[in-house]
Amino acid sequence: MNWGSASEFFAMGGYGFYVWGSFGVTAAALLIETLLVRKRLGDTRRLLRRELAADRESQD
Amino acid sequence: MSQPLINWFKFASPASFYPLAGKMWPWFAALATAFAAAGLWISFFVAPTDFQQGEGYRIIFIHVPASWMSMFIYCVMAFWSAIGIGFNTRLSGMMSSALAPTGALFAFLSLWTGALWGKPMWGAWWVWDARLTSELILLFLYLGYIALTAAIDDPRRADKAGAIVSLVGVINVPIIYFSVKWWNTLHQGASVSMTKAPTMAATMLWGMLLMALAFWMYSIAVALYRVRAIILERERHATWVAELLEMQR
Repeated sequence: MNWGSASEFFAMGGYGFYVWGSFGVTAAALLIETLLVRKRLGDTRRLLRRELAADRESQD
Repeated sequence: MSQPLINWFKFASPASFYPLAGKMWPWFAALATAFAAAGLWISFFVAPTDFQQGEGYRIIFIHVPASWMSMFIYCVMAFWSAIGIGFNTRLSGMMSSALAPTGALFAFLSLWTGALWGKPMWGAWWVWDARLTSELILLFLYLGYIALTAAIDDPRRADKAGAIVSLVGVINVPIIYFSVKWWNTLHQGASVSMTKAPTMAATMLWGMLLMALAFWMYSIAVALYRVRAIILERERHATWVAELLEMQR
């Protein structure tokens, strides 16, 4: 085990800013990409459904 | 000729790849989560403190895997581009454009984590070193691919233009890889080599490999998810799309 306490863990031996800046931004970037890609597929599905419904109405 | 067990060309059609990708991505997402959990555990709790760099070296566990992925994804894009030009398959261009944003993201993360590592160790966020500069060019190649394909209205023509960019740009990947050998760089040499035994502690190597696997599985999952959106966007007027949306109501 490398760490005596939680504060020691967050301090990263004085490199906290650099280590957490790296891991934090990476985690945030991957999370944001995941949310954006989900939104993209959801938006496309919704738009196409609406188009489909509009087509059907104009045929009736 | 005997009938092959799986007809691979069947999956080259967007209509059959769409549901297949939908079935596959959750598995890759689950694998990514599992590898990331194991990799992060090793990165912070198993791997010992470095005798030179203290705890600051732990950036390696995402810096190296992110850099590997940025180069690897570009090679995969070039592969799909070659297939697209050679066989004129529609799905190839869609795969390339599904991979580009994720590749660009990893190139950015490689530079970002590198800057945060360089500052405490070298005293500089950035130097115009061969390794760093060629990685920056890789990021610009990704952004150039995205901008170029977005600027051309006809998707088939956009695919062709993008394919040429990725095939020409792939020359940069070996330049990045060998830059630390060919030039005198501030950046250290390769951490892991195919021909020599690794020079680092086994636990550090394991942490790095697990994180690389996590990023790899993540990239596959997110690219499969994105390619589904691209397929729907491009095939919006196809009857199979209408039938699919009908069914899911």
